Formats: sequence, C-alpha cells, structure tokens
Amino acid sequence: MSHGFSSSFPASSTVPDAIPLRALVPWAVFGLLLAAMMLYFVGAEQGATSLIAGHAVHEFVHDGRHLLGFPCH
Amino acid sequence: MNSCMTDAICWVFPATDFRNFLMAGRLLARGMIAGVLAACLAFLFARVFGEPQVNLSIAFESARDAMAGMHDEPELVSRAVQASFGLFTAATLYGAAYGGIFAIAFAFAYGRMGRISPRALAMLLAGAGFLTFVLIPDLKYPPNPPAVGQPGTIGLRTATYFEMITLSLCVMAVSILVGRRLAQRFGAWNGALCGGGLFVVLVALVQSALPDINEVPANFPAVVLWRFREAAIGMQVVLWGGLGLIFGPMASAVLISAKSGQRRI
Repeated sequence: MSHGFSSSFPASSTVPDAIPLRALVPWAVFGLLLAAMMLYFVGAEQGATSLIAGHAVHEFVHDGRHLLGFPCH
Repeated sequence: MNSCMTDAICWVFPATDFRNFLMAGRLLARGMIAGVLAACLAFLFARVFGEPQVNLSIAFESARDAMAGMHDEPELVSRAVQASFGLFTAATLYGAAYGGIFAIAFAFAYGRMGRISPRALAMLLAGAGFLTFVLIPDLKYPPNPPAVGQPGTIGLRTATYFEMITLSLCVMAVSILVGRRLAQRFGAWNGALCGGGLFVVLVALVQSALPDINEVPANFPAVVLWRFREAAIGMQVVLWGGLGLIFGPMASAVLISAKSGQRRI
C-alpha cells in the first residue's frame, strides 16, 4: 500500500470497517430506482417505448442519446 | 445516544447502525453530485468533438432525404437547443444516474476489498464501471450517429443494447467472485489473472450469442462514423474518469468525518 494514498488515513494499515448491508440496502434500492428512471428518460423514452405522447422528450435529448451510445430513431 | 430521536428509534436503529445508514446516504448523494460534475466536463468534450460529427451526419441524412424526394420534418426542437440544453440535460441525467450506481458499488466495496484507500478504490471502480457499462456493450453495439439505424428496428436495437449491458454486468460480477475465490487459494496474482481470463472468455461468448446489427448506409462517410464513435467513447472516458477523480476526495471526507464522529461518541 503506498503511503501517498494512505497518508490522510492514519488507521488504514488495517482493513476499514465495511458498511453493513442493512444500512446500505434501503439507499441501494432508492438509488437504483432513481438511476433507472433517469436512464430511461435519456435512453429509451419515445424511442422503443413511450410513456409521454409525442416526440418532445426524444427530440430534446436527441444529441445526448446518440453520443451516449443509446439506439435512437 | 444523542443521535437517536426517541427510545423507539434507538431500539430499531442502534446508534452505530444509524450512523452507517447516514453515511451510506451521504455517499450516494456525493456520488450523484460527482456524476453531475463529471457530466459537465463530458458535455464540454461532446460539444467540441461530438457535435461537428452529429451535424455532418444530419447533413448526410438531409441530402439523402432530398434525393429521395422527401422533405425534412419540421423541427420540434431546434438544432441549437438539441446541441446545448438538450445535450447538457441528457449528459447530467446520465452522470447523476451512473454516479448513484457507482456510489452504491463504492459503499458496498469499501472495507470488503482489503486495504485500499477511498481514492484508489474510486478510481478502480470507475475503471470497472467504464468497462462494464460502456466499453464492453459498445464493442458489440457501438454508438451510431443520426442517419444510421432504421426506425423499424428501434425496439430490437434497444432491447439488445440493454441486454448487452445487463449481461456485461453479470459477466463482471461472476469474474470478480471467481477471481476472489481463486485468489484466496492460489494467491492474488494468479486469482486476478484467472478472473481476467474468465472475463474475456465470457464476454466473447455473450457477444457472439447476441445478434449482429449493422444498419450503416452503404455510402455513409467512414470518417464521420469513426470520428463520431471516437467522440462518443471519449465522452464516456471523460465522464467515468471525472467521476472517479471527483468522487474519491468526496468519499474520503465522508469516511473521515464518520470516523472522527465515532471517536467523539
């Protein structure tokens, strides 16, 4: 372990305590749901599937959808 | 027990659990903030290197439609808005989403991967995230500029693309689990090599099993396609690199303050 990285962590010569799963799971569920929603609107809404009528969302994020690698049109 | 509001909360949530719960939430928030900041950098990159190629592709599309006697559809959102606010919104939503996923992975991995500093772990996970969510899926289904892709197959292309990302994530998880198990028995070096080898083999298997899709028009300029894909993958390198570099110090701060908080109590 290089000392450059651990200099601000005096106790890092031992393995740090992991965050217990029961503290992590609620945030993981919340975070993954939020992420899935955001990725859906950037990547798929008004393309393969559509929740909102029209093409406004698709057209607005059009360039981002192409450049981020999602299939478009 | 001053951090507990009532005895009931104390009973459900002992003080250390509550502190861990808060710490996980703070890491998630920091991850999303780091993702948005990294996405701002990625937006600048895409604006400079990606937009010229998008415009060339749209010019190709318009010329092709004009030759076929079709008129351009009226613009719902102007090109200027698509290339600025639209691109920025898409990039920041994407950055926040993957920043959140990244922070959850970090909160899980920290303390479960041996001795590694938060900053080094953040860089390691950013590299793994880029490989899993971007590079491996893009090797099979590369980013395409406008004018490439038939509207009729959008359902198939979207499904296979998301399947590829899911399978890439599964392959990464399996390789890490197997590599760690082997590392315990045969040493870190051999375990990592076997895990890496397994990853390559599984990626090759998965990619050969999924359908090939090629909808590039025969006369589409190869240079524009190449430059577009360079810009698209470069944008992701900026995003994931920025995410790792920005999140590392933020996570350090959260973990240090949690540690000093523990001493006070």
